[in-house]
Order: sequence, then C-alpha cells, then structure tokens
Amino acid sequence: MIALLKRDLALSVRAGGGFGLALAFFLIVVTLTPFAVGPNSATLSTIAAGILWLGALLSCLLSLDRILALDYEDGALELLATAPIPMEGVATIKALAHWLTTGLPLTLAAPAFGVLLNLPPEGFLWLTISLAIGTPALSVVGTFGAALTVGLKRGGLLLSLIVLPLYVPTLIFGAEVARRGAEGMAFETPLALLAGITLATVALLPFASAAAIRINLR
Amino acid sequence: MELIVSDLAVVRGGMRVLEGVNFRVSSGTALVLRGPNGIGKTTLLRTLAGLQLADEGAVAPGPEAMAYASHADGNKGTLSVSENLEFWASLHGVDDISVALREFNMEALEARPAGSLSAGQKRRLGLARMAVTGRRIWLFDEPTVSLDVDSVALFADAVRRHLGQGGLAVIATHIDLGLEGEVLQLGPFKAEAPEDHHEDFHEAFL
Repeated sequence: MIALLKRDLALSVRAGGGFGLALAFFLIVVTLTPFAVGPNSATLSTIAAGILWLGALLSCLLSLDRILALDYEDGALELLATAPIPMEGVATIKALAHWLTTGLPLTLAAPAFGVLLNLPPEGFLWLTISLAIGTPALSVVGTFGAALTVGLKRGGLLLSLIVLPLYVPTLIFGAEVARRGAEGMAFETPLALLAGITLATVALLPFASAAAIRINLR
Repeated sequence: MELIVSDLAVVRGGMRVLEGVNFRVSSGTALVLRGPNGIGKTTLLRTLAGLQLADEGAVAPGPEAMAYASHADGNKGTLSVSENLEFWASLHGVDDISVALREFNMEALEARPAGSLSAGQKRRLGLARMAVTGRRIWLFDEPTVSLDVDSVALFADAVRRHLGQGGLAVIATHIDLGLEGEVLQLGPFKAEAPEDHHEDFHEAFL
C-alpha cells in the first residue's frame, strides 16, 4: 500500500499530474474576491474566513474526478483489484494521496492567502487548524463520489452534484470554527463537530468507496 | 497444482454468455482459448481473475493465485519502465524486477518514460508485469496484439519458462504460440438465448 501511495504522489508531481492545480485555483479565488466585493477592509475581514473555506472546498472539488478516473481508463484500477491489497486499502490510499496533494498544501497556504483578504490576526491559527481537521473529510467524501462515478464518461458533473451536499456540514462547521476563532468567540462545539465528521467519514466511507469500485469494475 | 473450472456460467451486462464451462489445466501446461469475437473469452478470463462474479459454478484455486493481463496495461506514461515494474512488484511483495526486464528484453529501455515507448514496447512492459506478480496462474487476453514476430517469440519463451517452473497459463489468442497444452473452443459453451418473455411483456402493462 505504501507503494501505491508513493506511485500516486510521484504521478501527481510529474508532468500533467495536477499537483498545484488546486493551489492555483485557490489563489485565483482569493485574489479575485477583493476585486469583486470591493477593497473595503472591514467587509473583507468579515467574509475572509468564509471565502477561504469556500475557496479551499472548490479547489478540492476541482481535482476529484482524477482520483480514480485515470486509473480506470488505463486499466490500472482493474489490476489493483486483482493485486493482493484490499480495495478498502486502495480507496483509503487514494484519498490520502489526494489530501496530501490538495488538502495539505491548501492548509499550509491558507494563512498566506488570509493576508490578501485582511483576515484578523487572531483568525490565522484557527483557520489553519480548521482546514487541517476538515480537509481530510473533503478528500474521503470526494473519493467516495469518484468511486460511484468511476465508470461513467463525463462523470464530473454528476460527481460534483453527489459530493456537494455531502460537503455542506464540513463547510458549515469548518467556516464556523475559523470565523469564531477570528472573532475570539467560543469555537469548541463546531470544532468537535468538524472533527467528528472527519473521523466518521474516514472510518466508514472507504468501505462504501471500495464496494462502489467493485461494482463499477464488473 | 491444478486449475479446475467446473460448470462455470459467466455473465456480461446481466446476460449469460457462456455456460457449462468445464476444464482442467495442470501444472506446466497452457490452455489456449479460441472462439469468434464476442463469444466471451474476455468475460471468462475476467471471471477467473475474480473481477466478475460467476453466475454459477466454481473455480479452484481462487483469484489470489491468478495474475491477469488485460487489453489495457495499466502502466503510467510519466513513470519510467523500471518505476512502473517496481510498483507492481512491490504491490505483490516481489523485490526483483531484473528477471522480468531481461525476459522481455526491456533492459535497454529501463529508464525511458513508459509514455515514450512504441505500442509494441508498451505491450511488452504490460506483459513483463506478469513476471513480477509472483503468481502461479497467468491469464492473458490477446497478449500478442501489436507485438512483432521477435517479441511474440520472446513472449512465448517467457510463458514456457513460467510453465517449466510449475506455473500454468490460460491464454485467449488467435495465433499459434507453440506451447505445451490444449486448445479449448468456446463455441459449444455459448449460452442459449433467453426464452421469449412475450407473456411477461404483456403482463407488465396490465
């Protein structure tokens, strides 16, 4: 399974691998927002946490259909299914590789991008923490969506429609943690819920993803 | 070791394509599957490999003894030849890829990205993957597509060496590889077309 992780990470940094795509999209969203809503720094700092979370979520969404579709098209997914590792393991590793190439860079870059949106200084820590806790759920749920649509041509639209409602709880609680953190309010409840969602999806969804992949390979 | 297939019925898209398939392949021999296009050679091989569920019947041993080479090779164009092989090898818990590289004459191409290989070279890389799986039963689906005469001979030699080490192989192919073993015509196992469902059809509208 380590071999699969290493291969997926190597593929993502090689030509056409898509590493940096999410980060570039995130940067675009964040730099364009002040142009759209105006340079009023009070307005910006109010919406900063929400925009940063929304940007992170959309950039995550952008690369979801690559998680499994490429391996499906060139036959590698079939061969992985015959290899001596469980499909649940493949689904977990795929989600982990996706998080390492999108969620983690986004989390690390978010404080720098927060400056562009005039995020209050108290907000940086909690924005980073909420992203670090919340983005794994985005990758795991995304892998599940990718598994459901893996055999479909142009499944990207359907994938977004399936995944978006499932992203809503993470977005609500993630943005809430960042916002409350920035305003110095109590954030324990949304933080606990955010962590709970991530832990539950990480624990349960790989099984669903594996079942969906198996059915789609038949 | 022996591959025993008894009373197997295979389905494709919800329809039975083959039924009552019986054969045995013993250690050191290869079974060649023949039959017209669409008869179900690929479906049979996929069922043996465990990618599809059989409608009926049994295959012994199970999919964990099989290595399957389909039409698609599953190798990545941006990884080099040796990186691709090393990935499959470590996935199957095998350390050494040098034998596979040598058997399929890929040593000179080792560092080339797989995407820059010719169609025949890509095919050879796909077949070399079988040698790093460490599995006893090799299943091939049209392995010689886009291979030249020398590469076909190279492939036949590799399979022969595998058979010599007590392995076995099931190969769907239309050319004569000169291997020890039998030929199975799949024509007689073709599933009967389902009965007319006229009555059900009318019932559905009642």
